[in-house]
Amino acid sequence: MNRPALLTAPLLLFLLITFVAPIGAFLWRGVTDAEVAPVLPRTVAALVSWDGAATPDEAAFAALVADLRDARARDRETGIGSIPRAAARLNADRPGFRGLLPMTARRVEASIEGSMRDAVLAISEEWRDAETWGAIRRAGGPLSAFHGLMALDLRQDAAGSIRAVPDDQAVFRAVLMRSLWISLTVTAACLLLGWPIAWMIATAKGLPATLLLAAVMLPFWISLIVRTAAWMVLLQREGVVNAALGAVGVGPLALMMNRFAVVLAMVHILLPFMVLPLVAAFRGLDPRLPRAAASLGAAPWRVFLRVTLPLCLPGIGAGCVLVFIQALGFYVTPALLGGPNDQMLAWFVGFYATRSVNWGLAAALSVMLLAAVGLCVALYGKLAGFRRPGAA
Amino acid sequence: MTRGLLWVVAVLVALFLLAPIIAILPLSFSSGSFLFYPLPGLSLRWYADFFTSDFWLPALWNSLGIGVAAAGLATLLGTPAAFGLWRMKGAFRAIAMGVVLAPMVVPVIVVAVALLLAFGPIGLVATYTGLVIAHAALGVPFVVVTVLAALEGFDPVQLRAASACGAGPLRAFFRVCLPQIAPGVAAGAIFAFATSLDEVVIALFIAGPAQRTLPRQMFAGLNDSISLTTAAAAAVLVGLSVVLLLVVMWLQRRGQAAR
Repeated sequence: MNRPALLTAPLLLFLLITFVAPIGAFLWRGVTDAEVAPVLPRTVAALVSWDGAATPDEAAFAALVADLRDARARDRETGIGSIPRAAARLNADRPGFRGLLPMTARRVEASIEGSMRDAVLAISEEWRDAETWGAIRRAGGPLSAFHGLMALDLRQDAAGSIRAVPDDQAVFRAVLMRSLWISLTVTAACLLLGWPIAWMIATAKGLPATLLLAAVMLPFWISLIVRTAAWMVLLQREGVVNAALGAVGVGPLALMMNRFAVVLAMVHILLPFMVLPLVAAFRGLDPRLPRAAASLGAAPWRVFLRVTLPLCLPGIGAGCVLVFIQALGFYVTPALLGGPNDQMLAWFVGFYATRSVNWGLAAALSVMLLAAVGLCVALYGKLAGFRRPGAA
Repeated sequence: MTRGLLWVVAVLVALFLLAPIIAILPLSFSSGSFLFYPLPGLSLRWYADFFTSDFWLPALWNSLGIGVAAAGLATLLGTPAAFGLWRMKGAFRAIAMGVVLAPMVVPVIVVAVALLLAFGPIGLVATYTGLVIAHAALGVPFVVVTVLAALEGFDPVQLRAASACGAGPLRAFFRVCLPQIAPGVAAGAIFAFATSLDEVVIALFIAGPAQRTLPRQMFAGLNDSISLTTAAAAAVLVGLSVVLLLVVMWLQRRGQAAR
């Protein structure tokens, strides 16, 4: 019997059920499509051999009518709205479907004489458009590139070629770039501000160093929402800063709901995560080495660039990666302090999951977010090495 | 010269870190209802408001209850796991560590949305159980890391000695190992509690109105209009954080003294 493995088993099982499996199932939605195939199985099958150029033939229309009749009967029996759900999924691909599909389903219930094709086209000319059918084929599942492409502002047309969406519909590449850019700005600012205080904490002695460390540790422990609230109180229109500015005849200024407020608060929240690894790196630095370089005639800037910096690089890298990873996933602070153009990837994941119930897109955006985080974690492993406490 | 400049910058950065918190705390003692200085006078009316409110007080109790339950679950699962990982080597250990530490790096929005999707069909959305489970998963890595660090100062030869004296593995763990790593276990539990107390995003997505926690209630308050009761709530949370920080410092000192 392997006792250590047995001791870890309960926790691993717990995390597997409450963490790994739910995230896996959620991300799976980003590469699959399950809403349309159960409603339109015969239509999806009939479209397999379709060329994607001209309006499909009578067989596809007949399949659509049969599918919609069955689905409507089933929906009425079970009380589950499978047609609206399929329509919502198709609407995400091609606006107009949300109305088109239920309306068509209602109208084909009456018995049809002659050609199904003519009857359906009489209901809506939309069915003549190859792209209408292309949307059904793309959503036919089970695997689907639709959400992944959408998260990159790409789409596939009925004939199968992939191209960028028109500029006025492109959203997500800008959101990704914005998230990366905000995170990068925050990381750079944290490094710039964190360096001097970390250096003093590491090299000074006695009470001043303790006080500086306390100034870092205290905010570190105070909840993120409180610190965000504090910035709101400071920066809002009738806030502390504007009141002080008003007293000297300036303002009021719009200090909130902009990029500046988001970055400022994020730097404030994440700065301790930079300072603590830097302190560890500076403390691990042998003070004799820069002194030796100086005594050998190196100028101070040269000592810094050639001795101090390379020796501290793993610690610096670790601090930067730690801040960057956390910044990428920020939700609350941009939501409260930022305007509509300051929201990051996390906000869009939440938006598509809850408000527009587009799980596939939320999952595809999450994959993007996780990929960025994963790259950074790998980088961290390279820089700091994954220490193994107790491995001996 | 350079050092003097570094001192100035370091002190300024320290002020930047403390200023927002120092700015918000006195406001909660204002007798007026504005969020700026100078204060018209001092009073405890906003605290009275907080502690008699039908929204804030239940939120405080929810936060404390969910935090204690989540920290307890995380500690119960995390302590034996850390002990197991400590005695383990090789590829399985690396994989297990990866799984255990994952909640620290996966963006919490992804966890929140995934749990909303997974908990929906099994009826755990808008329940205390669901929220406790989610918060326990987030707190577990802190327990494992802290207990592993405490175990580094524990000499495994003592376990063999205990075994030679006739103690079974369970008895050896409880009578020999646990008393020595207890400060680490307690610190881990507090980290897990603090994680739950801080958590907003999961509470926003999977808690119902009955389970609203203090941070969630603050988020809602901040989203429409900030009242001074929100400032009082912030002050209560700051007070809790300071208490937790002091307890952890005390535990760390005890942990070092034990060695």
